[in-house]
Amino acid sequence: MLWYTGKRILQMIPVFFGATFLIYFMVFALPGDPIAALYGDRPPTEAVLEQVRARYNLDQPFIVQYLLYIGGLFTGDFGTTFSGRPVTDVMAAAFPITFRLAMLALLFEAFFGVLVGFIAGLRKGKLFDASALVVSLLLISVPTFVIGFILQYLFGVQWGLVRPTVSGEAPWSELVLPAVVLASVSFAYIVRLTRASVSDNLSADFVRTATAKGLSRRRVVTVHVLRNSLVPVVAFLGVDLGALMVGAIVTEGIFNINGVGGTVYKAITLGEGPTVVSFIAVMVIIFVLANLLVDLLYAALDPRIRYAK
Amino acid sequence: MKRSRIGMGAIALVAASALALTGCAAGDDEASSPSGDTSAIVSTNGSEPQNPLITTNTTETGGGKIATSLFAGLVSYDADGAIENEVAESIESDDATTWNVTLEEGWTFTNGEPVTSQSFVDAWNYGAKLSNAQSASYFFDNIVGYNAEADSELTGITVEDDTHFTVELIAPEADWPLRLGYTAYMPWPTVALEDIEAFGENPIGNGPYMLAEEEGSWNHEVGISLVTNPDYDGVRKPVNGGLEIKFYTDLDGAYADVQSGNLDVLDAVPDSAFETFESDFPDSAVNQPAAIFQGFNMPYYLEHWSGEEGKLRRAALSMSIDREQITDVIFQGTRTPATDFTSPVLDGYSDSLEGSEVLEFNPEEAKKLWAEADKISPYTGTFDIAYNSDGGHQAWVDAVINSVKNTLGIEATGKAYPTFAAALADRDANKLTGGTRAGWQGDYPSLYNFLAPLYTTGAGSNYEDYSSEEFDSTLAEGTKASTVEDAIAKYQDAQEILLEDLPTIPLWYSNVVGVSADTVSNVTFGWDSVPLYFAITKG
Repeated sequence: MLWYTGKRILQMIPVFFGATFLIYFMVFALPGDPIAALYGDRPPTEAVLEQVRARYNLDQPFIVQYLLYIGGLFTGDFGTTFSGRPVTDVMAAAFPITFRLAMLALLFEAFFGVLVGFIAGLRKGKLFDASALVVSLLLISVPTFVIGFILQYLFGVQWGLVRPTVSGEAPWSELVLPAVVLASVSFAYIVRLTRASVSDNLSADFVRTATAKGLSRRRVVTVHVLRNSLVPVVAFLGVDLGALMVGAIVTEGIFNINGVGGTVYKAITLGEGPTVVSFIAVMVIIFVLANLLVDLLYAALDPRIRYAK
Repeated sequence: MKRSRIGMGAIALVAASALALTGCAAGDDEASSPSGDTSAIVSTNGSEPQNPLITTNTTETGGGKIATSLFAGLVSYDADGAIENEVAESIESDDATTWNVTLEEGWTFTNGEPVTSQSFVDAWNYGAKLSNAQSASYFFDNIVGYNAEADSELTGITVEDDTHFTVELIAPEADWPLRLGYTAYMPWPTVALEDIEAFGENPIGNGPYMLAEEEGSWNHEVGISLVTNPDYDGVRKPVNGGLEIKFYTDLDGAYADVQSGNLDVLDAVPDSAFETFESDFPDSAVNQPAAIFQGFNMPYYLEHWSGEEGKLRRAALSMSIDREQITDVIFQGTRTPATDFTSPVLDGYSDSLEGSEVLEFNPEEAKKLWAEADKISPYTGTFDIAYNSDGGHQAWVDAVINSVKNTLGIEATGKAYPTFAAALADRDANKLTGGTRAGWQGDYPSLYNFLAPLYTTGAGSNYEDYSSEEFDSTLAEGTKASTVEDAIAKYQDAQEILLEDLPTIPLWYSNVVGVSADTVSNVTFGWDSVPLYFAITKG
């Protein structure tokens, strides 16, 4: 197990370099001169433009720019934004907020998604099950930003229960509504996933065996059915953590949250290479670690899955 | 053109329908007390400044509105764009070339340092010096000693004593004092030059407001807190306790904040609320022309668009566009059809320049001119207008294209570029295949500022390389005029030349649209679309 974990962590090194190289290349390949665009229709003199380009190594060929960036990483220098702020500062401000948002969303979708899906699976064909299916279908088919705007309008403007936008410190309490919006689609998937898995497992051999052994219905359902039904759900949640961090872009925009999504979006449109690459590199690491965690959880949930050397 | 933040068009559209579905709340009527609480903090929207708050490097709106609150220059602008003396006691000249500036005594920076002639000279020299790479450096290019290719001192500025200095311009400029309220001309305390980075992060000014705290007032990407500067005694004396400028990446959220009373003043309205903002805020909605000119250019290097043929075609194009209808339908009346190349908020604006009928919708005449041009050389190919799709331009480009297509009966289409950078690259490299959107927001309230940077031969923002000796010399005559009135007359003459040549096809002026919650009153917008924050009362 330890060996397996170590191997997986070592695998992150080529993934990291591959991802940063590709992303840097893509940002570099974006058409247009980002520095000229920075000034809009009001260009400063060419001499000023050249100096600013040189400040961000944009006068160098791609490979030199990339190597300078990577070289900087080893000294803890992630580059600077076009406004002269260190990217590390921007990351330190943005990641905790998005992480809180994603965690809340993940908790919300995991808890309520499994709960609703579990009950629906046990009462297949009943009213609760039918309603859960309709609601989840609705959540999947309506785009997140529509849900976001409607909830923002109802809760924020119409009823005045919450602030329509999140303040700078983004405390947990203010993130609840955005997290619900962010979680809505995945919640619907988890409901359906859990429901299908539970209803499959209910007719599985090991459940029949457990019932035949004389175990109580409660024990059969919670330990045997639920535990086994969680394997696909956990797999989904692992992938979803990455999706949530990326998907936050729309939610963060609606609620004016200064998180990862908005920062990356802005940096891409500005052609700010170091910011884009640094952010995405960190997101790649989070994604890879989340997947590792999922793989390890598999073994805990299902003893048949073991990682040999 | 001050670059605005990128909106999400699709989201805005859906927001509009969401609002329509749920019904819209109308603002509550409430009589506001005229006096207000002089210690109340007014909250308003803003955006993260593009650069540290160094006044000579702040040429975009986000940083601009903060800088003008923190600093007081020689003059400031009133709501109509007229100048009033701030630090200056007088700015005088006999020949419009050598200007004598006298400062009022008693001005200090918030660190206690007195504002002297040197405070201005140091800041201007820093801004003009090439190796400092300041974006506003070209604002000093008319002062003797400026050099765009090498580091140099502004030798034209002579400090007589603490309250007197003279400025010698390279060429006469009758309305030079009009410029001096612009951000680039603010004075700096000596600490600025000791550590410019620290200064940009925590600027020390002499304006109506100052940072709420020494450190951390500017919470990056979140907002900035300003409080009233007790030592300030200029013409913009605040009647409130300070400003809380919150940064928004998306105007829809800001709009919801004003609707729910979490934000006092919003100096813009999201596209999605164009239709409803006047009924949402019946008492506080503002919708008036601003110093923002918009149009599109037809490059001369394209076949059919140069010489006599090009001139005919541009006139035909201009007359084939129904500006009234487009501003009504697409912009819900938040744009005003153009009648010249400047803006209605400026002194000297005219809606009756000779030749301005070319800006009126006239399909018959348009067809006639197009046919005349076809006699010189028959038109082939598709007509297109380039725009950046990250800037919310698609709707009006499509409308203009349709107007042209229906009137002239030619193939026409909008040409989308993914980003502003991509569109600018092709424009800069003379690789356009058709028209390109063009816009200009005034730096200071003068006709000259709307004409010189865009249409004089070789000017910085003259991307399409328009060149007319007649225009250049008429404009130069204007700058040499001994009075502002004479100058204006010449600038209008210069515009009549533009109306004939149409280097850009004027479309409309952006309106300043804004709303405020019933927590505040006396919200007036200045000529530059920024509310006069100091005059806002709360409580």
